[in-house]
Amino acid sequence: MKRFLLKTVLAILPRVLTKTARKNSSFLEFMRRHNCVVQIKLKDDSIGRYFTFNHGVVRSVAGIHPNPDVAMVFKDLPTAFVFLKPPPMQKPLDIVHAAKNFKVVVAGPDDLAVWFMQLLNRIQMTSLTFGTAMPDGTTRFTTTTNGGPLFVWVKGGRIIRTTPIDFEDTDAPSWTILARGKAFSPRRQATVAPHALSLKSLVYSEKRVLYPMKRVDFDPAGERNPQNRGVSGYVRISWDEALDIVVGEIKRMKREHGPGAITLYHSSHHQWGNVGYYLSAMQRFGNLIGYTRVHLNPDSWEGWYWGAQHHFGNSMRIGVAASYGTVEDCLKECEMIVFWSGDPQSVPGAYGGAEGTERRFWARELGIEFVHITPNYTATAQVYGGKWLPIRPGTDPALAIAVMYVWAVEGLYDMDYVSKRTTGFDEWQDYLLGTSDGVPKTPEWQEVETGIPAADVRALARAWGNKKTYLAPGSGGTGFGGACRNATGGQWARCMILMMAMQGWGKPGVNFGNLQIGTPLDFAFYFPGYAEGGMSGELQFSACAVNNYQRMPHVLTMNPVKQMVPRQRLPEAIINGRATGYAWDGSSLEAQFAPFEYPMPGYSPIHMMYRYGGSSFGTVANSGRFAEMYRHSSLECVVNQSIWFEGEAKFADVILPACTALERWDIGEWSNCAGYVHHLQGQLNHRVAVMQHKCIEPLGESKSDYQIFLDILTRLGLGALFSEGGSELDWCKRVFDSSDLPERIGWAEFVKKGYYVVPAEPEKTRDPVNFRWYAEDRRKDVPEPMPLPSQYAEEFGKGLQTPSGKIEFVSETLKRCDPDNPERPALNRYIPAWEGLHSGELMKKYPLQMISPHSRFSFHTYNDGKDSVTNDIEDHRIAVDGHYYWLVRINPEDAGRRGIHQHDLVRLFNDRGAVLCAADISPMVVAGVVVSFQASAEYDLVKDSQGRVADRGGCVNGLTPDRRQMQGTEGSAPNSCLIEIDRWNAMVEA
Amino acid sequence: MWLVMVDTTLSEAENEMTTRHGAKGWNLIVDVAKCENCNNCTLAVRDEYIENDFPGYSAAQPKHGHHWIKISRRVRGDGPMVDAAYLPTSCNHCDNAPCIKAGGEGVVRKRQDGIVIIDPERAKGRRDLVEACPYGAIWWNEERQLPQIWTFDAHLLDQGWTEPRCVQVCPTRAMRALNIDGEAMKLIADAEKLSVLLPELQTAPRVYYKNLYRFDQDFVGGTVIGEVSGVVECLHGAQIVLSKGGKEQARTTSDLFGEFKFDGLSPDGAKYALQISKDGFDGQSRDVTLSKSTYLGRLQLEPTKRANPGQRQPDL
Repeated sequence: MKRFLLKTVLAILPRVLTKTARKNSSFLEFMRRHNCVVQIKLKDDSIGRYFTFNHGVVRSVAGIHPNPDVAMVFKDLPTAFVFLKPPPMQKPLDIVHAAKNFKVVVAGPDDLAVWFMQLLNRIQMTSLTFGTAMPDGTTRFTTTTNGGPLFVWVKGGRIIRTTPIDFEDTDAPSWTILARGKAFSPRRQATVAPHALSLKSLVYSEKRVLYPMKRVDFDPAGERNPQNRGVSGYVRISWDEALDIVVGEIKRMKREHGPGAITLYHSSHHQWGNVGYYLSAMQRFGNLIGYTRVHLNPDSWEGWYWGAQHHFGNSMRIGVAASYGTVEDCLKECEMIVFWSGDPQSVPGAYGGAEGTERRFWARELGIEFVHITPNYTATAQVYGGKWLPIRPGTDPALAIAVMYVWAVEGLYDMDYVSKRTTGFDEWQDYLLGTSDGVPKTPEWQEVETGIPAADVRALARAWGNKKTYLAPGSGGTGFGGACRNATGGQWARCMILMMAMQGWGKPGVNFGNLQIGTPLDFAFYFPGYAEGGMSGELQFSACAVNNYQRMPHVLTMNPVKQMVPRQRLPEAIINGRATGYAWDGSSLEAQFAPFEYPMPGYSPIHMMYRYGGSSFGTVANSGRFAEMYRHSSLECVVNQSIWFEGEAKFADVILPACTALERWDIGEWSNCAGYVHHLQGQLNHRVAVMQHKCIEPLGESKSDYQIFLDILTRLGLGALFSEGGSELDWCKRVFDSSDLPERIGWAEFVKKGYYVVPAEPEKTRDPVNFRWYAEDRRKDVPEPMPLPSQYAEEFGKGLQTPSGKIEFVSETLKRCDPDNPERPALNRYIPAWEGLHSGELMKKYPLQMISPHSRFSFHTYNDGKDSVTNDIEDHRIAVDGHYYWLVRINPEDAGRRGIHQHDLVRLFNDRGAVLCAADISPMVVAGVVVSFQASAEYDLVKDSQGRVADRGGCVNGLTPDRRQMQGTEGSAPNSCLIEIDRWNAMVEA
Repeated sequence: MWLVMVDTTLSEAENEMTTRHGAKGWNLIVDVAKCENCNNCTLAVRDEYIENDFPGYSAAQPKHGHHWIKISRRVRGDGPMVDAAYLPTSCNHCDNAPCIKAGGEGVVRKRQDGIVIIDPERAKGRRDLVEACPYGAIWWNEERQLPQIWTFDAHLLDQGWTEPRCVQVCPTRAMRALNIDGEAMKLIADAEKLSVLLPELQTAPRVYYKNLYRFDQDFVGGTVIGEVSGVVECLHGAQIVLSKGGKEQARTTSDLFGEFKFDGLSPDGAKYALQISKDGFDGQSRDVTLSKSTYLGRLQLEPTKRANPGQRQPDL
């Protein structure tokens, strides 16, 4: 009976294909791609049928073909049925299981095998409708971005507009918080950050790379001219030629140099999605060829990871706090919010759209006071008001220590909490009062450092000590912040924890936060975040193992190359041939202490760089080093898979044109990172899972990242392994199936409508307030599976990850594991920045401190430059003589002294480089400090009449130091940066 | 200053229009205190109009250089007492629009719902219209030889949209679009003390501003400090009286940081006197000539010399 059934299924297949092709032109087109013979059979040849494809027409014959192009061979009858059941009845786990155990083998040229499997998978997708037909003749698709989800309105294959999603009445209801006699419920919209609204212009940017290109003087068979990278122009080549070069070089690397010779270098935060993301498709690609990993440093967390976590644990959150229940607690209980090195209006957490904006207005409505401690008068301070304490960069720990001094002297701290829930306070108090070192850390003591009057510090300390206060470091309010990317970043982040310890962290109204995160959502509803690695199958360097690997059956991949390069040291690795780094590893407090070395015995030094994602000259410290790196002769080949011809792409030998996320399929939940950033959706008012439609066809000859990887791997015979026979849409379906979505909404409805709003958590079952359990010495009761079970010194779930299980004023792990480090003592002393106010001669030469925070208008370099509409925002770039210049914010006093007028072109310079900007002069930045953002995507060296070179793209990270913020760490410190500024025009005239 | 507070009474022209059109019409209300310069509105306008022709409404906006909604910044004061206000401006869709008069027959028209449309066909070559607008809200499209404005997204409203895109994307809800009759709009304008730009021109704009003082008025402020037990402290609760020509204008008290601020003052060069007093301290006076927002800095009061040294310390 079963044998008969199999024969019948095989006999019906051509009819299904033909019928589908008749109804669906794109299916027919896809079927037309290859003319070949495909055999499907049982291994023992007892049942078989072969299919002849000829210009989109398929015919089949029962039996065994002597010489098929592709053969799909099932070990036995049950295996055949695993695959040939109607799609709704197929079990992905069984399919992957059969494939992994060779119960099914697909033999033949990879391109044909992948094509045939994709063709079969495609049948079930043809019945789907994507998007909503609108009255004006457009189809309204959906996507999601780093700045929030969007509707994408398309007509005639062109994007007409992109708009935020206003929820319908049929979407899940929103939460309501009752606080101080008022009811607060959020706006029924997925609000967006400004950068989200620049997408259409980026898709149609004139800077798009529309076909593969080769550097004119790069000849893989002859002279490669690496010294001309970034200088020479490009010539258009065909995809075939491009793929031949890239595949040829990959093979040559393995053959001539051995494992490790290839590196994949990517920027973070490219485009959203669980399939096309760098941690997903790119990592799977990398694992299948083997590559030297460029190991990231936790640059958003630096001071928290290398410092703060040693006082309270939370290594799996990279040393920052969680946020459960804090929006409600804050609105109900809190009296004052101290924003410290945070500007959530410019940087809405990360990926937070404009979701926190409304909640901070509620706080103001309730009379919660705001204080802002930043060198510049932030957008947050501008719109909400509050007291601004302008602080000199890098001196933040001095202020914090002086505030704690006042608390200690005046008894304005929670003595009960300190005695029961902390250790080491006596030693800490001795330091504050100067008992141990003879220097009382008075408000007057800090005034010399910070520039903040001692009286203001006493006023702040008393207000803070007497009011229930939320401390909000960084834009998310739970950690992060520019002050953690400074030579004193570790000290500052450590102080933040110690301050909370003195004020009774976790008690009502006393917590971390600025209402940016901590909304009462349903976090138990599962949807994979990007850190779960999507289709990568990578278990070690993604959070795949936590949920994704079990929920979305797929074949594991593994990178056999153990060699790694710390990202900040990549230029040294290439140029000098060696580098040392420290790992970013949140599994324990101790993982960071062990150094790793490049090169690693057994592996080749790097000779080929495969670059992926946006330009990073704007975002990596002392980035001039990277230009030098690209020109080094040891780099025999540089490939850049880029959407735009921008910044770093111009340093490649071969440029492969990728398309934007609007031109390919993907799926993702807004603001869901997972992994180390567990439950980041807490910054949203509504959880929204989004189908990222392929809204238009890829422009020019550009292709999706997935397709580019697949094309390369197919030439290496790895296409089937990479794709598992699936298209991107098939992978989207697999992600969908792996989530809890199918319990709530069908696939067909989801892909049509494009999004699903997860209902808010009912009031009765909302998560408790973060750290309340700790303040009350109870078992942990918030839904985070961290720290790892082994990390509790005493009983699982009780106390913290520190050796004492308590907040430690003097860190035990630092005492144990790094006892003699003068830059990171166990007792957190104020040590002035190694580049800053105490830099003597350097300070005389370069008297301005530059900080380079995140831009409001470009998510890293993604939305900047490239001829996008963002250029026309006056607060982003200023057009001078037709060129859009990056801005530097400078105080009138500093500008006046240098003869600089509003929007004059100026040169920012130090020994590391020179960058041209337009000056924006206002008292919103404190004298002695300049502010310029780190997000420029352009890199464009020009010379003045004296032959001096400067980057007029605006990559101010060309000026920042690459020194580690503390020895024994890999922490970056771009905000410890001294520069001088002069007028550029004057120079040209001279 | 080209922005002036409007009288709370409507101009004659506005009254005329209100009477003439009892019908509903579109109005935009912008709360200057809530505009945070996020530029979602300006980006939404670019997203909507660049590369998109809407025949009968508007030709495509050039890719760069046009600001159909434009945000201007004004920074007041000095650190640490500084603030910034942002003013989004656009076509005001005036009921008494100079561009309509200048345009001639059918070139610029006023719709029943109050929206002004510069006809993208008939206005070709009419560069003079750019000059006709006293608000500088008409932009010249060199390539298409067209004067252009923000059309209030009339093409979308006609398709059933309930608000223009700038309002939809505004995260602070600094913008509101109301489709109401003139009488109702007048009530709101009165109740919320709304202003229009250049009211003396009597153009009867349909774009109204709330809290415009943040942009066109000024403040005077300072920080009151004094020595307590041998250290300088911020003085909380000091009383500050602002007078002009001997007449008290306003009074306030200093906050936890000793700061005080009088806002909404006209930067007309008038002389003000400030009297600062605090129990336990000698009073202090300061004269200010206000031509722009002024932070007086740290004003240190001297402790009152006491006959009885055992008297209690002043409260902070």
